[in-house]
Amino acid sequence: MDRRAFLKTAAVGAVAGMAAPHIATAADSKVLRFIPQANLANLDPVWTTQYVVRNGALLIWDMLYGVNDKLEPQPQMVEGHEVSADFQTWTFKLRAGLKFHDGEPVRAKDAVASINRWMARDSTMGRPIKQRLDALEALDDRTFRFRLNKPYPKMLFALGKSSTPCLFVMPERIAATDPFKQISEYVGSGPMRFKKDEWVPGAKAIFERFGDYVPRSEKANWLAGGKRINFDRIEWNIVPDGATAAGALENGEVDWWETPLPDLVPLLKKKAGVLVDIADPLGNIGSFRINHLHPPFNDVRARQAIQIALSQADYMQAVVGSDESLWKTVPGYFTPDTPLYTEMGGDRLKGPRDYDLAKKLLAEAGYKNEPIVLLVATDVAITKAQGDVTADLLKRIGMNVQYQALDWGTVGQRRAKKEPPAEGGWNIFHTWHAGADCVNPAPYIALDASGDSAWFGWPKSDVVQEKIAAWYGAPDLAAEKKAIEDLNKAAMEHVVYVPTGFFKGYQAWRKNLSGIVKAPFPVFWDVTKT
Amino acid sequence: MFAYIVRRVVATIPVILLVALFVFSLLYLAPGDPAAIIAGDQATPADVDRIRASLGLDRPFLIRFGDWFWHVIGGDLGVSIFTNLPVSHMIAQRIEPTVSLMCLTLILSLSCAIPMGVIAAWKHGTWIDRLVMMMAVFGFSTPVFVVGYLLAFVFALYLDWLPVQGFTSISNGLVPFLRNLILPATALGLVYMALIARITRATMLDVLSQDYVRTAKAKGVGQRGVLFIHALKNAAVPIVTIVGIGFAALIGGAVVTESVFAIPGLGRLTVDAILRRDYPVIQGVVLMFSFVYVVVNLCVDLLYTVFDPRIRY
Repeated sequence: MDRRAFLKTAAVGAVAGMAAPHIATAADSKVLRFIPQANLANLDPVWTTQYVVRNGALLIWDMLYGVNDKLEPQPQMVEGHEVSADFQTWTFKLRAGLKFHDGEPVRAKDAVASINRWMARDSTMGRPIKQRLDALEALDDRTFRFRLNKPYPKMLFALGKSSTPCLFVMPERIAATDPFKQISEYVGSGPMRFKKDEWVPGAKAIFERFGDYVPRSEKANWLAGGKRINFDRIEWNIVPDGATAAGALENGEVDWWETPLPDLVPLLKKKAGVLVDIADPLGNIGSFRINHLHPPFNDVRARQAIQIALSQADYMQAVVGSDESLWKTVPGYFTPDTPLYTEMGGDRLKGPRDYDLAKKLLAEAGYKNEPIVLLVATDVAITKAQGDVTADLLKRIGMNVQYQALDWGTVGQRRAKKEPPAEGGWNIFHTWHAGADCVNPAPYIALDASGDSAWFGWPKSDVVQEKIAAWYGAPDLAAEKKAIEDLNKAAMEHVVYVPTGFFKGYQAWRKNLSGIVKAPFPVFWDVTKT
Repeated sequence: MFAYIVRRVVATIPVILLVALFVFSLLYLAPGDPAAIIAGDQATPADVDRIRASLGLDRPFLIRFGDWFWHVIGGDLGVSIFTNLPVSHMIAQRIEPTVSLMCLTLILSLSCAIPMGVIAAWKHGTWIDRLVMMMAVFGFSTPVFVVGYLLAFVFALYLDWLPVQGFTSISNGLVPFLRNLILPATALGLVYMALIARITRATMLDVLSQDYVRTAKAKGVGQRGVLFIHALKNAAVPIVTIVGIGFAALIGGAVVTESVFAIPGLGRLTVDAILRRDYPVIQGVVLMFSFVYVVVNLCVDLLYTVFDPRIRY
């Protein structure tokens, strides 16, 4: 062989070696490669309320209760409970044999410390418990008890809530961390242990099966039942670019993509090796958030003008496209197709849109063409789409819109400003609420109308607050439904915020995966790969 | 020469300090609030305030800068607001992918662009010259992300030869390492290639018309010897200059390339940190990049003396 022939052969060999197509191996079936909805930048599910952190935490830490697909809290780490007739004394017993990833047994004092940390940060359900709390104490290694000074019938729902921050049980030494400071040890008792040494924030997070995990005997159902993991490793690959993620899924480099972009879904549906389906049946509710502190929206007529003019169909088509199976109009504040859903008081969001009436109401509210500051986070597709529709809507009803294109980080800062819009404040911004947070008033901070301490926009309505309190005290489902109807009506009348529609998203996975379920979070248990 | 190197290295210190102050001031003035991002959509304004206080973000500018600067002097770049990991650890995790990408890009670009420029100059006015220049214009005018997507579509999705995304460390083998990096390096290198090819051609055209080249030809030196020994060495100074200047463009391009090909490098770390307002990480990365850029320019200056012995410092 001469020199040229040798070089040619070497070059062809190298290219052929590099160009080898992806071939699945048996070991592959024990590794699940997953693209999460966002970067997993930290892993303290109490310190931050990002959903991606909650989703990672569900693998590492276990919960006392877990909700099933009917949103009913089911015992998870707990063996059982006793409650007094007045709902003021709750006693819980942990299951036997539970262990943390460091080999230590799970004790009642760990649960107590975890509950204390969670209560300090969970404004929707944790703090109401804390306000009623006389004592929370570990009675022995497996038993702990709440003693309250007021009834709290929603205790199980609070302990098993899936909206963030969830109550995860950590070892006492970790749970003792200041709730406003981040933990640095990720030791749980969940089905997977976190490989901190392999963690590259922004790129990958690795979870390894925890051999000593004791799953419940019941069949898994969302966060309830036996969490049986069929993988030795679950690898989260952070792929920031949607087109790249789609390519990686098509090529078999990843197995499951939590949130494919709506634009790419038609393409993915055509790929032979890929399946696409709705991710979360509870979906999301888009939000047109209004600042109640400053003119013109400090006058309820100006807020009602928005309700009369706003077309939810326009918003939803801008957010998720023309696929009508993905969205519906929602003339109410609660998640459609859940037990408490109601349209009571939502008439202004129904029927043909009336721009003339909206203009008339604005005039009555004293609007005189002042600039309306619209904060639009252009780096988030959903808020950008909603912002564009709003800019058009405001022009149609004769408002002088000042469209401020920002990134989400800046909107997060600006929306906290209570100053007038001309001094760095704002009139309108957009966001969306997970449907799981809108099933009842407990996790629904956006519906709170307590004024200064309410969520951004600071709506104030004593009537709304009374109706929320009525729901907390409702003894049965019929009473809850009545309270929610009244609440929806009052909130619509006051225009706490304007829902822009209900929408769902897709998830996509390789055909060799089975057991993927629809849920507000990725459910890894019972998923198998061939 | 040694004294010159020492002087240049010492001179980098005030430059980096100025960069540090500039970046810190810019971040202080820029809108955005990491506490609001951490707290999430469900948090109350009071929660956001408490998180801001716990991160020390409510302290005055000068105290924050002084605190950060004091730690930097001690070699401590601080801790990321979001990950709670040391910034130096996060940078160390990301260096290999970025350095690998840049080195491969540099190798690919130089090994293609210099011969292309030389040949274009040699065949000046012919179809080969026009073809090379056309390719250079294409390289200049096509954005990195477009080239990246096209390459991924053809070589990864259509032909199924290479992976779409990701990075494999060289410690796991040369072939998997190259399989992951060949497409991003090509995408990133295209602009660089075009730049170097054009400069090489222009400089070579000038050098090839010099008397000593004619003399070399008259002495009977072969075409290859004339081009690559006599002409190219004398054309090297402007080429090295443009390689150094282009390094900054390469850093910028790496940010996009790493996002398109999901490479866990410093570019993506920077973008993620900026979007989340993770101030310690942004400051650490910018400091590091400014240091590298100063060092690259120093190397370029030293290379001048290799290619042109008349240059002395």
